[in-house]
Amino acid sequence: MESPEELASGLDRAGYLPDGGIATAAFLAVAMGRPLFLEGEPGTGKTSLALALAKSMDVPLIRLQCHEGIDATQALYDWDYPRQLMHLRVLETRGEVDEASLYTRRFLLARPLLQALESAPCVLLVDEIDRADDEFEAFLLEVLSENAVSIPEFGEIRASTPPLTVLTSNRTREVHDALKRRCLYHWLEHPSLEREVAILRRTLPGLDERLAQQVAEAVRKMRGLDLMKPPGVAESLDWARALQALGRTEPDASTLGAVLKYREDADRVIGSTIVG
Amino acid sequence: MTEACVGFTRVLRGAGLQCGPDRVQAYLQATAHVDLYWAGRLTLCADPDDLPRYDAAYRAYFGGTPPRPRTTIELDSVTVGVAASDVEVLRHKDISEFNAAPLLARLKPLPPRRRSRRLRKARRGRMDLARTVRAMIEIGGEIALPRHRRRGVKARRLVLLIDVSGSMAAYSDALLRFAHVIAHAMPVEVRTIGTRLTRVTRQLKERDPERALRAAGRAIPDYEGGTRLGEALRRFNQQWRQRGAVVVLFSDGWERGDPTLLAAEMARLRRVSHQVIWANPHAGKSGYRPVQQGVLAALPHVDRMVAGHSVHALEELLKEVRNA
Repeated sequence: MESPEELASGLDRAGYLPDGGIATAAFLAVAMGRPLFLEGEPGTGKTSLALALAKSMDVPLIRLQCHEGIDATQALYDWDYPRQLMHLRVLETRGEVDEASLYTRRFLLARPLLQALESAPCVLLVDEIDRADDEFEAFLLEVLSENAVSIPEFGEIRASTPPLTVLTSNRTREVHDALKRRCLYHWLEHPSLEREVAILRRTLPGLDERLAQQVAEAVRKMRGLDLMKPPGVAESLDWARALQALGRTEPDASTLGAVLKYREDADRVIGSTIVG
Repeated sequence: MTEACVGFTRVLRGAGLQCGPDRVQAYLQATAHVDLYWAGRLTLCADPDDLPRYDAAYRAYFGGTPPRPRTTIELDSVTVGVAASDVEVLRHKDISEFNAAPLLARLKPLPPRRRSRRLRKARRGRMDLARTVRAMIEIGGEIALPRHRRRGVKARRLVLLIDVSGSMAAYSDALLRFAHVIAHAMPVEVRTIGTRLTRVTRQLKERDPERALRAAGRAIPDYEGGTRLGEALRRFNQQWRQRGAVVVLFSDGWERGDPTLLAAEMARLRRVSHQVIWANPHAGKSGYRPVQQGVLAALPHVDRMVAGHSVHALEELLKEVRNA
C-alpha cells in the first residue's frame, strides 16, 4: 500500500466507506506498525473498520471481546489441564515421569492474543477495551509492545510479522495513558450526510436512492436533537432495512423503534417534524 | 522541519496535551508517511478533549485551517486564601469562611467497594484447576488437595459533580480542592456544573494542587454563573455510560432551569448508579429546610442528603462514600 487513498479504495471494495481521517489513520497504523486505538460514539463504525481492514488485506481477523475480569487464561493462553493429567497418567504407567513433556505446545491452548501472534499476518481486534479492567490493560500492553508472549513453563512465542492491531473503546472508562501512548489515536465522528447516504446504498444494494437520502437526513436531524442515545450508522442501517422490508417509500413513525431505543427519545422525535 | 515539529509539540504541551518523548518520536516518524496535520493528530492526541486544543494549536503554529476547526473558551479562576490556625475549631468551621486547603490536604479518603469479577487465590471458593493441576504435577501425579479461588474486592467507581454557579461561589474552590485530594487517593470522575457541564478529571490529575486548580479553573467556562442542574445532569447522563458508580452531587439546589427536568434526570442517574448522595452546604446549618425548587425536585431521587459545609462534614461524607 502506497497511500491512504489506496487503502481507502481497498476498504471501499470490502464494503466500508472511510472518510479521509479514517483512511489516513489506518494507513499510518500499517506503515508504522503501530496499534490503532479507535474511540467514538457507539455506532460510528469502529468494529466494522477492523472487519473491513482484514477483508481488504485478505488476512484473517482475530477478535477478542473484552469484559470485566477477563484474564490471561481467556485472552492469551491456558494449559489444557485435562489432557496434561491424562498424559501424566500415561507417563506414570510407563514409569517415566518427565515434567518438561507436560509443557509442550500441544498442551497449550491459544486464546485470541496468542492466536494472533501465531497466525500473523492478521488483523487483531481488541473490542471494547474499556470494558476490561486495568490488570488486563497491563498484560495487553506487554503483548502489544513486544509482539511476543513469554510463557514461564514453555518459553517465548514471537510473531513473525506483527499483527495489525485495532483497539476500540466506547469511553465508558478512561483507558490508561500507557496503553494509548503506544497506539495511534483516532476519534470517529458520525459520517457526513453524503457519506452516510453512500454507506446506506453500499450496504443495502436494493435501497431506493430517495429513501436513502431521506433516512440519512432524518437521522442527521435526530443527532442534533440532544437525544439520550443519538442514533449511529448502525441504527440508520437498521432503519433503512426495516423500511425496505415493509416496502415503505418514506420514513415513518411506526418504524422508529429501529432507530431510537428510549421512549423519551421517540416522543421527542415524534414531537418534532422529522418524521411524518 | 524536525525542529519546527518539536517546537509544535512544546506548544501542545503548554496547551495541556501529554506529548512525552515517545509520542514526539512517533509523531516525527509519522510525518514521513502522512501530512503534518494528521501525523500530529494521530500520534499526539489521546482524548476527544485534546482535539479542539490540537486544532487551535495547529492553526496558531503552522497557520492555515485544519480540516475540522473548533473553538475553545478560556477563563481564569479566582482563588482566595486565608491563614489557618486551630485545627479542631476549624474542622467545624464553614469552609466558605477560611482557607481550608491545609486541612483538606490531610484527609485520607478511601474508595467505596464492590465485588470484583476477577478471581483471586483464596482458601475457599471455586476450585482453581490451574493451581491444582500444577500441584499434582509437582508431586508426580498424585492427587493433591484442591486449590481455590474466588472473587475479590475492588474499588467502586466514584463520581463527583460540583456545582460552581454563583450561589456556590464561596464553596467551589474548597470543593475542587477536596476533589483534588480524592483524585489522588482513588479513581474518580469529576465534573463541574453551572450553566453547562465541564469535565475536570484530567486537570485534577496534576499533583500540585495550585496548578491543578488553576488548570481546572481555565477549563470551566461558567464559573460563578447561573445553574442549570437539570440540563447539566442531562448532559452527564448522556456521556456517562458506566453503571454501579457512587455519585456525589455538591449543590445548594438553586435551580434556574426546569425542576421537572431535574427530577427526571436525577431519577435516571439513580437508576444507573449504585448510590446517589447529595452534599448540600446549607444542609449543615441550623434552621435549614429543603425548600429550594431544585432540592424538592431532586430529593425523592437521592439516597442520602448530607451536609458539606465544613471539613468535618466532608469527613463524614467520605465515610458515607466508603460504606456506600
